[in-house]
Amino acid sequence: MLRLYATVAAGGFRRHATYRVATAAGVFTNTVFGFVLSYTYIALWDERPQLGGYSIDDALAYVWIGQALITVCGMMGGGFEDELIERIRTGDIAVDLYRPADLQAWWFSAHAGRSAYQLLGRGVVPMAVGALAFHFTLPSGPGGWIAFLVAVALGSTVGFAIWYLVAMSAFWLLDGQGVVQVAWLGGLFFSGMLLPLNVFPGALGEVARMLPWASLLQVPADVYLGKYVGWELAGAYAFQGCWALVLFGAGRAAQAAATRKVVVQGG
Amino acid sequence: MAEATRVGADSAAVHEVDSAGIQEMDPDAIHEMDSGAIHRKNERRPYGPLADSWRTYRLVAGMWIRSTMTYRASFALTLVTSFCVTFFDFVVILLMFGQVKGLGGFGFAEVALLYGTAGTSFGIADLTMGSLQRMGKRVRDGSLDTFLMRPAPLLAQVAADKFALRRFGRVAQGLLVLVWALLLLDVEWTPLKVLLLPVTVASGTVIFASVMVLGASTLFWMQDAAEVTNSFTYGGNTLLQYPPTIFAQELVRGVVYVVPLAFVSWLPALYVLGRPAPAGVPEWAAFVSPLVAAVCCGVAGLAWRAGIRSYRSTGS
Repeated sequence: MLRLYATVAAGGFRRHATYRVATAAGVFTNTVFGFVLSYTYIALWDERPQLGGYSIDDALAYVWIGQALITVCGMMGGGFEDELIERIRTGDIAVDLYRPADLQAWWFSAHAGRSAYQLLGRGVVPMAVGALAFHFTLPSGPGGWIAFLVAVALGSTVGFAIWYLVAMSAFWLLDGQGVVQVAWLGGLFFSGMLLPLNVFPGALGEVARMLPWASLLQVPADVYLGKYVGWELAGAYAFQGCWALVLFGAGRAAQAAATRKVVVQGG
Repeated sequence: MAEATRVGADSAAVHEVDSAGIQEMDPDAIHEMDSGAIHRKNERRPYGPLADSWRTYRLVAGMWIRSTMTYRASFALTLVTSFCVTFFDFVVILLMFGQVKGLGGFGFAEVALLYGTAGTSFGIADLTMGSLQRMGKRVRDGSLDTFLMRPAPLLAQVAADKFALRRFGRVAQGLLVLVWALLLLDVEWTPLKVLLLPVTVASGTVIFASVMVLGASTLFWMQDAAEVTNSFTYGGNTLLQYPPTIFAQELVRGVVYVVPLAFVSWLPALYVLGRPAPAGVPEWAAFVSPLVAAVCCGVAGLAWRAGIRSYRSTGS
């Protein structure tokens, strides 16, 4: 069984590796946005050094981590939900449900493969360009990098769980666009993609840092910057892990309810 | 689907085969057309090519609007979300100004003016031309052939394809910020400055639209490269929301002389604000936005023609 999911994951990796032009286009766009955002952050931190507890080098690292993780952690869409919603809408999902594999696990495996490719294909180059252009903070030693990668893996898992739950809504709504847009909005703002969550003022900041979207970028970035030491690191992982479990559970429940009650579309 | 057939029948009924439309077609497609259609080409043409494009655009966009309005609740929801998405974009600037008094020496009202002019221009361009971005899919799966077969200008058809009225949310948000900025601003208004604002928004829209057409033209060769256009449209919009003083001067020169996005809002807005133009650009550059827009249009038109000529259908 495990071999099956490994194969699906490998397929996900290879499938996305096929689109080389799209990857290059994505890298280019992420790099351009990285530059634009870097200059705005420089202006902001110039006025307020140590804003949100970040030095300017930390803030710049944050910008480029964000650009590298966009597709990996699904801040602006998980990259699979449109396809899944379309399968639900057309009724092709019936074929998927017939397979001797769990629907959620199947899609998660494919997502894992895709994320791994996106991290290598779309993450590494913008980070390297940004590091060369702006000399931002780097993790201290290989331990820091490994801690960061663990947080990214957890963040990517939470990202999957969110978008899977969003896609499940299509069983009832058929047109998932409204829900997708709302989720997109939440992801964009509350992941800290536009502005680090620790810069958000007062209660807004506190709420934003508790929401699942904080797992996608804010937590991995803070791990990267070495803001967590000792047991705090375990706490950060636990935060991500808890949201992953809760959202996975919710996705499962929605899936179970859908397959029990909902009539599959199509003929 | 029924809607699509209706419009197809609509445009066929008026017997207008634009000569430009024929030129734009794949040579094979012309051979496949029945001779009757070719004959009709020589008959009177009631509209000029521009009016023809506008007519096509209106018909196709109207069809999509009617189709959207079937699900009014869903439309209202997506319109509100579209407004919110762009509004959150502005919340970031509000949050920034919650922490600081100025960015790069610019106050809140001044940044809001930059944001409002660029945002409105980009919003209108996105509303009218945003669908071009999805043309790559049509090139890949060959469904562009259907468009080429129709006796109507291709660009108008593709630009109006899946016309999404909800994108008006972005325009509304841009206008709102612009009005807000104008209320807050403490500027000595001259007739020239008052006139410059609407001209700027119009020229900015044309410049953004040209970039979108140029980007779509490259899709004929590279169907997956749509995201590159994003870095100039969405990325350009983000860039223009902030004062030019905060960016590296090479970058500013790049958007003046290479991709002339600075003419969308920066240069005219800086004149309105009574601030010097960036990167050693002469003062009169604030007034040449319409000219730049016209040149951009020309370049985009040439690229589009070159793109169509190199179009090879999937053949399936």
